[in-house]
Amino acid sequence: MSQANDFNQLARRDFLVRTAKAGAAIVTAGGVGFCLHDRQGPAANLAGKTVSLPDFSLPASTAPKLSIVTGADRVKTVNRALAALGGIERFIQSGDRVVLKVNAAFASPAALGATSHPDLVAEMTRLCLRAGAASVIVTDNPINDPQSCFALTGIARAAEAAGAKIALPMASSFQPTTLAGATLIKDWPLLIEPFKGVTKLIGLAPVKDHHRSGASLTMKNWYGLLGGRRNVFHQDIHTIILELARLVRPTLVILDGTMTMMTNGPTGGSLDDLKPTNMMIASTDAVAADAFGATLLGKTAASLPFIGKTAAAGLGTADFESLNPVRDHVD
Amino acid sequence: MKIVTVRRIAQIFFFGLFAWFCVVTTVGDRWWQLRGWPVNWLLQLDPLVALGTLLTTRTIYAGLLWALVTVVLTILLGRFFCGWVCPFGALHQFIGWLGNRRKKHAERVAANQYRSGQVIKYYILIALLASASGGLLAEVLRWPREKPAAGLVVLVASLILTLWFAMQKVVNGWKQAAEWFAGLLFIGTVLGFLVQPEALVASSLQIGLLDPIPLFQRSLNLVILTAFDGLATASRFYLAAWSIAAVFFAALLLNWWIPRFYCRFICPLGALFGVLVRWTPWRVGKRQGECRGCELCENNCEGACDPFGKIHPHECLLCMNCLRACRQAQMTYGPNRSAAGEEPSPGITRRGFLTAAVSGLAAVPAVRLAGLTSQNWNPGVIRPPGALAEEDFLQRCIKCDQCVRVCPTNVIQPATLEAGLEGLWTPLLNYRVGTSGCQLNCIACGNVCPTAAIRPLTLDEKLGRGSFADHGPLRLGTAFVDRDRCLPWAMNKPCIVCQENCPVSPKAIYIREEFQVIHDGERTISAVAADRLTLDGAVLRPGTLGTGDYFVRLENAAAGERHLITDNSAQEVEFAAPFATAPSAGDRIFLEARLQQPCVDPAQCIGCGICEHECPVSGLRAIRVSAENESRNPRHSLTARS
Repeated sequence: MSQANDFNQLARRDFLVRTAKAGAAIVTAGGVGFCLHDRQGPAANLAGKTVSLPDFSLPASTAPKLSIVTGADRVKTVNRALAALGGIERFIQSGDRVVLKVNAAFASPAALGATSHPDLVAEMTRLCLRAGAASVIVTDNPINDPQSCFALTGIARAAEAAGAKIALPMASSFQPTTLAGATLIKDWPLLIEPFKGVTKLIGLAPVKDHHRSGASLTMKNWYGLLGGRRNVFHQDIHTIILELARLVRPTLVILDGTMTMMTNGPTGGSLDDLKPTNMMIASTDAVAADAFGATLLGKTAASLPFIGKTAAAGLGTADFESLNPVRDHVD
Repeated sequence: MKIVTVRRIAQIFFFGLFAWFCVVTTVGDRWWQLRGWPVNWLLQLDPLVALGTLLTTRTIYAGLLWALVTVVLTILLGRFFCGWVCPFGALHQFIGWLGNRRKKHAERVAANQYRSGQVIKYYILIALLASASGGLLAEVLRWPREKPAAGLVVLVASLILTLWFAMQKVVNGWKQAAEWFAGLLFIGTVLGFLVQPEALVASSLQIGLLDPIPLFQRSLNLVILTAFDGLATASRFYLAAWSIAAVFFAALLLNWWIPRFYCRFICPLGALFGVLVRWTPWRVGKRQGECRGCELCENNCEGACDPFGKIHPHECLLCMNCLRACRQAQMTYGPNRSAAGEEPSPGITRRGFLTAAVSGLAAVPAVRLAGLTSQNWNPGVIRPPGALAEEDFLQRCIKCDQCVRVCPTNVIQPATLEAGLEGLWTPLLNYRVGTSGCQLNCIACGNVCPTAAIRPLTLDEKLGRGSFADHGPLRLGTAFVDRDRCLPWAMNKPCIVCQENCPVSPKAIYIREEFQVIHDGERTISAVAADRLTLDGAVLRPGTLGTGDYFVRLENAAAGERHLITDNSAQEVEFAAPFATAPSAGDRIFLEARLQQPCVDPAQCIGCGICEHECPVSGLRAIRVSAENESRNPRHSLTARS
């Protein structure tokens, strides 16, 4: 055999192999292109999966719905206020997983009263755990930096010492929600992650002056479960509070009127903005609790449109006296 | 244990320590947070930081005194910092090893040859130090006018020095340099009589651009660690991170071509050490001038200092690879100079020295022609609380971006060109980024700053309390309402999110209450019922007027008399209570929105930017902070009295 022959044979084999591989590459490219071909392009407004919060409220009963306890010591007053409603055991049973929705909106010290008081958060945690709760999660989506808010308010330290877990809001903690019949809460991010497997929800809110809505009380406190650029809802503040009250149905709300922020709310910033009003309110009716809370700010329920709206929507009772609130005092 | 093993352990230790310090530079008191970790320790050990700030400020700030330890040890031992401590060097060494491990002996020897280009790093050092020396030079040049006696001494001394050097036989670059320096001083002194030196020369601290410790610090902080940020907090953003990453990865990739490229050709800190090791008592060298010539010593030579031939001691990083590689135990680290001879000079030429020094010196006034440190100051450059006035700030900031990393709200950002070329990678505030504006009760940035470009404040000073009550709170700037974009001002929509979030007490944002007739709000009544009116004209969107913010005013009602609308349908508006005096069909009415329009009181505003961060006009915010009235520069004050 001549060398030229050899060369030709090798070249032929090599050529055939190359052709086969090239063919395979073309088929693969064609196949991938055909399979992934999209004629339409993306549709407008892809509505994703939405989530919703379960109803955490207790079934209707004849037990008291509202208690108002006077006194300066939060631990004592909240215990008495709960006892007046039938004790924490009425709300928390063994094995319950509880979320405490606090107000941790601002990175300011507890003494300035802009946030839920750590003593109260810790005591509620202890009470829930003593009643047999399997876990207690403390959460909020604050306005200032979340980590700083939970740290500087003292809520994180107090709650963790009492046995609760802090759930900081992360980008992945939010899922869009849509409230049926709502005009504002449509496909809007909701802080849902902390609610996985949760069976009870307790709202803890301080009593604060609020220029836009008139008052920041227990129902306004649910604002902290919204994500996204939620501030657009300030254009229609009373409607968003109404929709939040429809979206979030708590087991219990605690309104802390030990110190009321009378001016410069909701941030405060000075002790001069606070007034000792020495009240602790526990209620299964958030509308009634807020209606009473308005009086601590020197306002009437009638002057706060969100109370009228929520009452009209059947979410509670604006005339809190009609619930025959249990009144008590502890030193 | 072999010395190379000890060196590797040291490198791994310092690399780990450095990375750990980066990780813990976050506010908090957990063991993995800031608490008491000396997170600036490697920056403080870096003598280029100390020298640079010494030139610009004539002081050595706080922990920067640590640099003395490095300087003393370097003078005694050689460039141990580069070979044993520097975490950036360790990374280069590792990548250089990765990239070259498969190469043949001859190729590696070739890659590790001394190259004359290694002198470039000295010129970089000279240029950077010259940029930092402008202020000092101006001060010296001012002497003749301000203190004639001192000026005369300087003048005579420079004259004598120049003459003396001129008479000497010039041996190498350093003496030439000194000679020229003296000559320049002389000329400068004469010039000082004739012109205003401070108008020509100024200091700008630019060592941070290339100093390996700040470079690696910001690269780890703002590029590498961001991959893990999302684990514990919301993910963070850094505006100029792309350019930091580009420099960092380019520096790393150059190792594929020549190992430790950055260390050999660019690193100004290495150059500084190269100058310091001139008289080291102990050094690496050969026992005998002639050897078998296997060149195994150059196989892994990190500094490319030519241990086989005439060694360049100023390039030797003390990696000790040659000691380990030589089969004949020719290489030693000891008191003797290499038997094969030494190349004593880094090869700096007079021309090169002058070019670098004059370029560095002239670059500062050239850059400042833009006026960014004077008339044309950029109101968008809002520096962190405690930052010095711009010119002083630029004399101290080393661009390590420790403040950017530690900021709990992610509002401090590395600048691109907002503060001019010399402000590259310096910290400024961007209120759209992060979790909220500058937090009232936070002073982390100033307390982590290694050079006091941002002063370490107390909370009392920041908030104007206690002994600072007379000074009032520290102001970063002032918020301005953009009335063309603000919802209550421009669009008759209630909002006041900014007022609500203003954290100072009393609030710096106050409210002007206004009733404004809404679009299509002038109507005629077509029918009247007990608690509702039917209106003519365009259809209303059902429910939109029942939000608690809308009112009806009768055209001929008493001043201030309005009726709150509780609901509406397409043509009807409803009221909670019936009218005292009922209107009649055909009467004119106005549909009005009650608006709370935000206004800023500059006497109260501290420029924290929480309002800007929260403004629901999420693109170009309707309330924005700019640097007017910032405390750090009284010439930027806004009000006649503060």
